[in-house]
Amino acid sequence: MPNTQELQDLVFQVRRDILRMVHKVSSGHPGGSLGCTEFLVTLYNEIMDLKDGFDMDGIGEDLFFLSNGHISPVFYSVLARRGYFPVEELNTFRLIDSRLQGHPTTHEGLPGVRVASGSLGQGMSVAIGAALAKKLNGDDHLVFSLHGDGELQEGQNWEAIMYAAGNKVDNLIATVDRNGQQIDGPTEKVLPLGDVSEKFKVFGWDVLEIENGNDLEQVIAGLNEAKSRTGKGKPVCVVMTTEMGNGVDFMMHTHAWHGKAPSDEQLATALAQNPETLGDY
Amino acid sequence: MTKYTDQGKQDTRSGYGAGMTELGRTNPNVVALCADLVGSLKIETFIEESPERFFQTGIAEANMMGIAAGLTIGGKIPFASTFANFATGRVYDQIRQSIAYSDKNVKICASHAGLTLGEDGATHQILEDIGLMKMLPGMTVINPCDFNQTKAATIAIAEHHGPVYLRFGRPKVANFTPVDQKFEIGKAVMLSEGTDVTIIATGHLVWEALIAAESLENQGISAEVINIHTIKPLDEEAILASVKKTGCVVTAEEHNYLGGLGESVSGVLSSHYPAPQEFVATKDTFGESGTPEQLMEKYGLNNKAIEAAVLKVLKRK
Repeated sequence: MPNTQELQDLVFQVRRDILRMVHKVSSGHPGGSLGCTEFLVTLYNEIMDLKDGFDMDGIGEDLFFLSNGHISPVFYSVLARRGYFPVEELNTFRLIDSRLQGHPTTHEGLPGVRVASGSLGQGMSVAIGAALAKKLNGDDHLVFSLHGDGELQEGQNWEAIMYAAGNKVDNLIATVDRNGQQIDGPTEKVLPLGDVSEKFKVFGWDVLEIENGNDLEQVIAGLNEAKSRTGKGKPVCVVMTTEMGNGVDFMMHTHAWHGKAPSDEQLATALAQNPETLGDY
Repeated sequence: MTKYTDQGKQDTRSGYGAGMTELGRTNPNVVALCADLVGSLKIETFIEESPERFFQTGIAEANMMGIAAGLTIGGKIPFASTFANFATGRVYDQIRQSIAYSDKNVKICASHAGLTLGEDGATHQILEDIGLMKMLPGMTVINPCDFNQTKAATIAIAEHHGPVYLRFGRPKVANFTPVDQKFEIGKAVMLSEGTDVTIIATGHLVWEALIAAESLENQGISAEVINIHTIKPLDEEAILASVKKTGCVVTAEEHNYLGGLGESVSGVLSSHYPAPQEFVATKDTFGESGTPEQLMEKYGLNNKAIEAAVLKVLKRK
């Protein structure tokens, strides 16, 4: 049984990291980061089989690709807290000469990042390629990816979705963060996505849903279920409903905090809602 | 001048196919991808001999570039191939972010570049691809001149770590460089030494430059002919050494004069040794339907155009 208390402590701490990172530089994307905190904390600390240290090829371990690169704050915090680089380095987020670029990149050699992302819609293709390499190498580890729901408006995703099913890329688990929001407003208003699960199903994927992606136990159960469905001839999609800005009351139920940093006062309010559990960086 | 013999016309894309066949047999990390143009890219033998190392992506080039980037994670050396138009302009951002900026060891292999694609017309005749690719930091850009050199380049880029754009074409053209030549990325090839003018050519225009040089020789003009198969990184040393000797230059390429080889040469000369230059290239225009020969004639990309450019540049010395 997973220790959900430890994971919950990590979730609180990662939320604090996210808020402090974007506050310091008055830029970045807290909303989607906060919404995906339970997911990434669970993935890196409960689900993925990871080696110590980092090498680009990642042979003999599970891999993760963040396609919606703008939620870099949660990615960086989870990587640092997992030991990929010193947590103090979170202090350099978006600053000049930093390895923690606004959107993740391999260019500065940040351990844990295997491809640049930020220009949306490209991550699933890369994840498929990495999954195919694993098959060629006889490596039975898995490839995970995360995609924003608004990001599915990029056509390349549908090329990739068609390819993965048609070629039985069944060592891939692609999760869609269904928070229903994008920069210009609700996804169903900007460009309706409709029933995301049905869309993946008719393309030939095995689909499961996590009703509340901000409930740790649901995320753990959902991702374990997803793992159990790999290796059966179909790529696996997890459609995970989350609340953008989760954990900070005034950032929830709105798309306003997609790409906006809190003021000093707002930061204090937000931090008060997320206790310091493992020590701030 | 040094004489070259056409060993029999062949298409450069078949040189790519021959190179892939050899890589399939010699380098187990090489994998191939194609977006529904296997026959045009001449990679049937590779696929037949190594089916597990071939990925057919269908008509989905953006996905192909992303999959190629992902395949490098795990040590594969992907050769992603399609027509030059779909291998560059159509997928520029995928190449930029997932390959170039991500430092991925992907080989983008592009056939049917330029006007010599012929009858299909301007929708498919990309004349901007060299510019697009050379502007990407870290991208190596190669445009070999004939079958033998394309085969050699294909094999050589597998040994080079980093993204490469390899450009070749559709028509059967003279095959005159040595069989089993050693291909050195970034190293200009001196084809014929001369003293009056330097002709720097790439791709299909190299053979045309040799024909022009022969005609010029008959008129008492000594032309030095250099094959620049690697546009980036550019062999600045070879270019400067030649132009310092001859005092003027004609560049020749099957590409827009904006963004092409000629522009790169201009950059080198203006920084180090300003000299008169004439451009044999398309003049900021799209192509059209026609036979390759008709198009190269109409758009001024053959030996006659090179010869005229030489006579013009000599007057500016």
